[in-house]
Amino acid sequence: MKTPLLQFTPKGIYCEQADVYLDPWEPINKAIISHGHADHSRWGHQQYITHHKNIPIVQHRLGDVNISGKDWGETFTINNVKFSLHPAGHIVGSSQIRVEHNGEVWVFTGDYKIEDDGLTTPFELVKCHTFITECTFGLPAFQWRPQKEVFNDINHWWAQNKSEGKTSVLFGYSLGKAQRLLKHLDTSIGKIYTHGAVENMTEVLRPLVDLPSTHLITKDTKKDELLGNIVVAPPSAHGSTWIRKMVPYVTATASGWMAFRGARRRRAIDKVFVLSDHCDWSGLLKTVEATGAEKIICTHGYTDIFSKYLQELGYDARTEATQYEGELSEDNTPEQEKSEAE
Amino acid sequence: MRQFAQLIKTLDGTNKTNLKVEALSQYFKAASDQDKVWTIAILSHRRPPRPVNTTLLRTWAAELSNIPAWLFEESYHIVGDLAETIALVVPSSEKGSKKSLTTFLQEMIALKPKSENEKKKYLFQNWSVLDYYERFVFTKLITGGFRIGVSQKLMTRALSKATGIEEDILAYKLMGNWDPNRISFHDLILEEKESDYLSKPYPFFLAYAVEDDVSDLGDVNQWSVEHKWDGIRCQVILRNDELFVWSRGEELVTDKYPEFEAFVGVIPNGTVLDGELLPYPKGEIGTFKDLQTRIGRKNISRSLLEKIPCKLKVYDVLEWKGKDIRNKTYLERRKILESMISTTLNKQVTERSRSDELPLLLSERMQFDSWEEVAKERELSREKHSEGLMLKRNDSTYQVGRKKGEWWKWKVDPLTIDAVLTYAMRGHGRRSNLFTDYTFALWDTNEQGEKELVTFAKAYSGLTDKEFRQVDAWIKKNTLDRFGPVRSVTPEHVFEIAFEGIAPSKRHKSGVATRFPRILRWRKDKKIDEANSLDELKALIPSGTKESHKK
Repeated sequence: MKTPLLQFTPKGIYCEQADVYLDPWEPINKAIISHGHADHSRWGHQQYITHHKNIPIVQHRLGDVNISGKDWGETFTINNVKFSLHPAGHIVGSSQIRVEHNGEVWVFTGDYKIEDDGLTTPFELVKCHTFITECTFGLPAFQWRPQKEVFNDINHWWAQNKSEGKTSVLFGYSLGKAQRLLKHLDTSIGKIYTHGAVENMTEVLRPLVDLPSTHLITKDTKKDELLGNIVVAPPSAHGSTWIRKMVPYVTATASGWMAFRGARRRRAIDKVFVLSDHCDWSGLLKTVEATGAEKIICTHGYTDIFSKYLQELGYDARTEATQYEGELSEDNTPEQEKSEAE
Repeated sequence: MRQFAQLIKTLDGTNKTNLKVEALSQYFKAASDQDKVWTIAILSHRRPPRPVNTTLLRTWAAELSNIPAWLFEESYHIVGDLAETIALVVPSSEKGSKKSLTTFLQEMIALKPKSENEKKKYLFQNWSVLDYYERFVFTKLITGGFRIGVSQKLMTRALSKATGIEEDILAYKLMGNWDPNRISFHDLILEEKESDYLSKPYPFFLAYAVEDDVSDLGDVNQWSVEHKWDGIRCQVILRNDELFVWSRGEELVTDKYPEFEAFVGVIPNGTVLDGELLPYPKGEIGTFKDLQTRIGRKNISRSLLEKIPCKLKVYDVLEWKGKDIRNKTYLERRKILESMISTTLNKQVTERSRSDELPLLLSERMQFDSWEEVAKERELSREKHSEGLMLKRNDSTYQVGRKKGEWWKWKVDPLTIDAVLTYAMRGHGRRSNLFTDYTFALWDTNEQGEKELVTFAKAYSGLTDKEFRQVDAWIKKNTLDRFGPVRSVTPEHVFEIAFEGIAPSKRHKSGVATRFPRILRWRKDKKIDEANSLDELKALIPSGTKESHKK
């Protein structure tokens, strides 16, 4: 039997023909990186290839690494294998990785969402034979509302808190969710303040995307000036001493997991907004169908359930174990972000 | 319905008691009288009987959502709540419904005897129209109670705020048997009517556990001590030659304990007793397991009555000669109680044959000269088949609900054993989507002489949220195998498991049943070889029960 174009090895997704790994989790020689989240862009590779817009993010997280950038759709060939990056719509600079050899096309999604969030280059559908997809929210219980409705709710909540003389504290991951929130907050209501981890990452992204101005909370920030305004912070700030400065405050969190009451109640959050940078159930199904792929490989999320359902629909679907965590890692803010938060 | 769904959403969305009370009292001011009655009924677990069984609900929800049954089941395992799963997977609607809560409940009552087709039609109609949260609430009304952190006490507080009626009086009004479909808000809450009160129990006075050094309670002479019996707390009411037995869960259980009918005509009318219902197999206090054979049964057979007869061990009297005497001191009430019991039992000896012995006993009141002696008495608890001691101030009145200061429970320390985590399942409610329900095993030697782990108990409480998250993350990475919702995991972690009682059992693979097992702590310092063995667990079984098992 011929070796598959991409193999799942203990170090990561491997293209033997080109001797290249996609989003590997062990240090290797040459890596093509889908996006900047910690479970996809890891430390220790000799050479990184990624989209231009992802370079500042990787450098911010990993420091001075050997990295080169590509444009959307730019083809680069390694030992007869054609690679190209295509927008994944997940966060700024996130790509799907297309791999072609002898007319056979594979696409690896990394993480993706199909809704245009107004900030990230929108998802591009890439036709392929084998589609390697995430399925973080691959369960029929996950159905997102259009982001416009969610942001109406968020802004309404902020205005309501302001009228009650309270500070709004909104939690979202510092890379991705935080900037999406910033982009759509209604600044006619008040000013936007940020936690250090969010501010640092936003600074990195400012040259790439248009974001409203923000005010970093420092030791000198007065309680009174926060009143009625909104603070954007990473989830790890909830329950920390840092948040005491915001009293009286109301908390909210924006995440796909908040679709479940149990998840909400565990966190003792005042308000939740269901907002995710991943596909919902119907988004996943729609995409799988539209790629025209016959073989589907599920990498992370509710993989067993999603691939079993795809099999019933007639696909040649299976699950491969990876170390990607999707939004599952939400409770574990990377150590680096924690130290930035102090 | 919109109003009620909004109320549930607010209550469910906060863990701040004040916000809950505020939301409820606003609701009680704004809602229609009949909706108010239904809301009180639902929040005090008086919902109408389930009109559609959950199997049908699951089948139909999958059908309406156009997904296979197994996919619905998987979703349910992960979401952890049936009504919520249905609300999530059924295609969304924004329409909502203008029907009132009362209308919905009346429809549900009328639905129960209808055909499956009509039931299905009714559900499809409503699921398709209601918006997400209304759909959740609607389905919850069909499937079961709302576990949204609203105790009866909290609801009573809100109702008091809305009506201006004192909480204690409201608590009394809300007790007992009333039918939300027949009673008006006026009759239930606002109006006083004596005839309604024939079967009404008083709110139970509950004790907190002793937290610190027991000697902090002060002068030991001010305190009386009783054993804390391990049965069912009950209120037994005799009024107008009628008997009513209420359990602590506010359930009328008169029919389940026919032996207590013997009290009628013997204990004077106008008496309300507070005591413990205990099983007496072979003439001695049995275990809670014995009692369980009686609890579940609706029809009590003669042979079961003979095998496991029940008795009432009385510790207090709340009403005497038709008067509420809860404001008398504990000692005064005990005096009335003790003389009533001795008169009754004497009458018994002279008027009836011994075989008709009245199933009535006094819970002995003890006094000690020092707290050390009290502690010694506590050590005898297991021997006396009690869970520990009750400490009651001699001058304490009988209060409403759980109050600190005058009554304390001082339980014996639980039995403990170190066991290995072997299986895990996702939790429910606020723990849905987290692996928090665990199975634990102990070492045993099999027929080939090899050491193996044998399951002995399940436990799902005792860890902090943070620890649960850690264990959950570990389980997700160390799953060996999946059996539906259950995962087997690498045996690696040792937990100290506490339990209240232990008895031989033929139903358990380990041959042992433990009562109320829970996690005491995560023994990160121990390796699995250091966990205890099944033999060590069996050694904890009290000697009397062990022998009876051998027979």
